[in-house]
Amino acid sequence: MNINIVEASGLGKRYGSTWALRECSLAVPAGHVTALVGPNGAGKTTLLNLAVGLAAPTAGAVTVLGGRAAGSPAALDGIAFVAQDTPLYKNLSAADMLHLTANLNRRFDRAYAGARLAELGIPPKRKAGKLSGGQQAQLALTLALARRPRLLLLDEPMAMLDPVARHDFMATVLTAAAEDGVSVLLSSHVLAELERVADYLILLSRGRVQVAGEVDDLLASHRVLTGPAAGADRYTGRPVVHVRRGGAQAHLLVRSGADDPVPPGWEAHPVGLEELAMAYLREPGAAALPGPARGRNPEPTEVTR
Amino acid sequence: MTALTMPTRPRHDASLRPVPWRRMAWVTWRQHRAALAGLGALLGAFAVYLWLTGLQMYHAEAVYCHPASSLACAVNFTGRYGITGNIVSIFLQAVPALIGAFVGAPVLARELETGTFRFAWTQGFGRWRWALAKLVLLAVAVAAAAGAFSVLYSWFNQPFFAAGYTIPFSTRLFDLGEVAFPAWTLAAFAIGVLAGMLIRRVVPAIAATLAVYAGLGAATGLWLRQHYMTPLLTTKLNLPSSAWYVSQWYTKGGQYAFGARGSGIVNAVTQLCPSFNGSPTQCLSSHGYTQWTSYQPGSRFWPFQWIEGGWLLALSVLLIAATVWLIRRRAT
Repeated sequence: MNINIVEASGLGKRYGSTWALRECSLAVPAGHVTALVGPNGAGKTTLLNLAVGLAAPTAGAVTVLGGRAAGSPAALDGIAFVAQDTPLYKNLSAADMLHLTANLNRRFDRAYAGARLAELGIPPKRKAGKLSGGQQAQLALTLALARRPRLLLLDEPMAMLDPVARHDFMATVLTAAAEDGVSVLLSSHVLAELERVADYLILLSRGRVQVAGEVDDLLASHRVLTGPAAGADRYTGRPVVHVRRGGAQAHLLVRSGADDPVPPGWEAHPVGLEELAMAYLREPGAAALPGPARGRNPEPTEVTR
Repeated sequence: MTALTMPTRPRHDASLRPVPWRRMAWVTWRQHRAALAGLGALLGAFAVYLWLTGLQMYHAEAVYCHPASSLACAVNFTGRYGITGNIVSIFLQAVPALIGAFVGAPVLARELETGTFRFAWTQGFGRWRWALAKLVLLAVAVAAAAGAFSVLYSWFNQPFFAAGYTIPFSTRLFDLGEVAFPAWTLAAFAIGVLAGMLIRRVVPAIAATLAVYAGLGAATGLWLRQHYMTPLLTTKLNLPSSAWYVSQWYTKGGQYAFGARGSGIVNAVTQLCPSFNGSPTQCLSSHGYTQWTSYQPGSRFWPFQWIEGGWLLALSVLLIAATVWLIRRRAT
């Protein structure tokens, strides 16, 4: 299934005079759990809304599931979207929400949904508005997964959840991804909570895509060099993304593979995903994006500084 | 949370048949049954009251109002039930507005206000089909309820017409007719739906619906309705009691003199007949004035009902189509 589950080219969305998202070109291959990360206001929700057709692009285009127009019936048939704050009809019971969702879709796995509610201990007769935050999120996720989507989009799904509910929620998402091959794209402003689960990263900042690629490739193509602070300005090796100074030492995030020679006086360490993301966020001019052969070329080819 | 059941792998149909329309019937009913039940309870209670009062009225009219001009009729029928009839008609004027405000306006405004549109509009049914199905079902439901109710109300009013207390063309009654009442209800619903879509919040949408509906109703009753057909013109002094007077004026020697109301006629009568006890018309006609009346005859009641129903239906279809179009192209 070598399709791009989400593909955007030159995508932009303007609200009034503000660009919430601009010049966004992306190709997320199927079969990944993708983390869409960025500070508040970076354009994560805008990108997701464009991908499900809730918003119309100001510029460019976005397709899903291998070329289906975002928001088209064919696209919505294979996508399940859980919006921010998991909107449910608060005055409907859990069972009614199931029945409602079943009526609004071609496919709906009632057996799965019913079994999930039982596992979660959600009483079918209870109104959705009376469920705990964690249960509401789980109910929304159950409704989404029972549609048997090929792509699951989650917008800040865990923002309102306590740690236990977060863990349970992610367990459900990962099970769907692992056992059923559902591609997942989930957004958060906290990378830490996605670091362990995501194998594809999209970093958004101020309406632009700053980093996009498979996590393993990103980690393999970046290293942290630690050396004397005084030497940081004189370093002329591989492209430097970000310089972090701590006392007498400087830590340079450089784009360099594990086999590249380490300059004398410097010590090389592998980089963590959060450290990498943080470095890029602090350098709005830097970007690590796949080259023109989008999607099937995970090797970052372009660095600007 | 370890024993997690997983859905089976989806089959990828090449031909994507849309989700059948009929599935929206349950969805619409489940989501709006409270509003529809409230409407049913309101109209039902009203209907019981009209039925019981109507039976008494029919009885009183039959016993006392032959002839209708008798004192017994004035005391025991019109005197006793006239006020009731007026109050009922005033209440009923508000029913379409209430339906527009409390059934129509929240349909989309609540989804937009609480964010559930992001759930509803990303389901496989498709959002414009969702909107069209839901709006048409609700529109038919409220119009049918109003239509059934107006039949009962028309029955209730018969004794008043028979006793000459009022006429079907009365501004207070015309829009409660069997065609106009469901049409006004439908229009109020459509106004509410579009207001909710545009304003996106329930309470302001309700207020806007009431304001727009009241404005449209007043403009129609005061200015528009009398122009549906060219009024008839007559110099006769006695018109059939069912006629709807549009305007009245006087001419002398083929020239317009003054209208039937205002200072012109008062000055003329006091000048011409200072110590005259008859009616102004008698005074004026004895001095060579001609009274002209333009009126809509009572026989035009049904054509007028259909004209009003027709343009209101067209307006409602337009408003609902505009709403669906907005949802289809809507960019958040």
